Amino acid sequence: MPTFYGREIASRLMLGTAQYPSPAVLADAFRRSGAGIATVSVRREAGGEQAGQDFWTLIQDLGVAVLPNTAGCHSVREAVTTAQMARELFDTNWIKLEVIGHADTLQPDPFGLVDAAEQLINEGFEVFPYCTEDLVLCERLVAAGCKVLMPWGAPIGTGLGLNNIYGLRSLRAHFPEIAMVVDAGLGLPSQAAHAIELGYDAVLLNTAVAKAGDPAAMAEGFARAVEAGALAAAADPMESRDMAAPSTPVLGKAFL
Amino acid sequence: MKIIVNGEAVETTSLTLAALLTELGKGDAKVATSLNETFVPKTLRAAQSLSDGDRVEVVAPRQGG
Repeated sequence: MPTFYGREIASRLMLGTAQYPSPAVLADAFRRSGAGIATVSVRREAGGEQAGQDFWTLIQDLGVAVLPNTAGCHSVREAVTTAQMARELFDTNWIKLEVIGHADTLQPDPFGLVDAAEQLINEGFEVFPYCTEDLVLCERLVAAGCKVLMPWGAPIGTGLGLNNIYGLRSLRAHFPEIAMVVDAGLGLPSQAAHAIELGYDAVLLNTAVAKAGDPAAMAEGFARAVEAGALAAAADPMESRDMAAPSTPVLGKAFL
Repeated sequence: MKIIVNGEAVETTSLTLAALLTELGKGDAKVATSLNETFVPKTLRAAQSLSDGDRVEVVAPRQGG
């Protein structure tokens, strides 16, 4: 099972907490998913509201590790300040670091990401960087002190799956000692299974479950998929080949 | 004095960030704060004075992906 910054988590599924039809559906989806980590955020709260406290109580009842994010931050300063506020609110050094570089694709800003990661690691944060599958970027993040990498499968919320399988496979091979998570862009359990088959330690998703017609059933689908992927990855898969090779013995076939 | 709280103009007599939170009904709430884009830890709110035109952010736990 994956270990992030020395903490072993009993599931390869990390699940977001946004966009569910209701808190009850969210809780049900988490139970069926078996997810060991929930991503959360910090947002403004209007005077008199207690939504933040209510949500926090719900998350605590799930009994999972909490990974706050810096979603929506487009500058290093925003991301760093958001991370500092999240650390106090959620009482954890873990931070899913997002520094968004492009409003349409929500593609990470690689330059700002490295800068923010360096600042936060200097302050004792344990950074989970939401990044692309760019090898040079990931080398910089690891050099900055990141012990986890979270390359995207596809842009957030698209459900397109693994857009660059070669890049993800190559990245996995370059960082055998780093915990790696495919974060964002997954739409179906089969895509999650594929990510784990490639050797990734976990997947992180939100929309695929929250926006399914039956979020709890989809959550269980993803849970089974990552288990299947892990079994396959450990079972030494066959080499693929271009030419057909009969599986039924040729020798002994009746001569008709 | 007039300050900005979560993007909205607010007229306040509070002289510190801690007093402002109490005035907003958030004295004991699970919130985190920043002043002029800089994080202010809970332990420093009582010592953090406010000035006219300050920008305060008050955030709480929320759903996220």
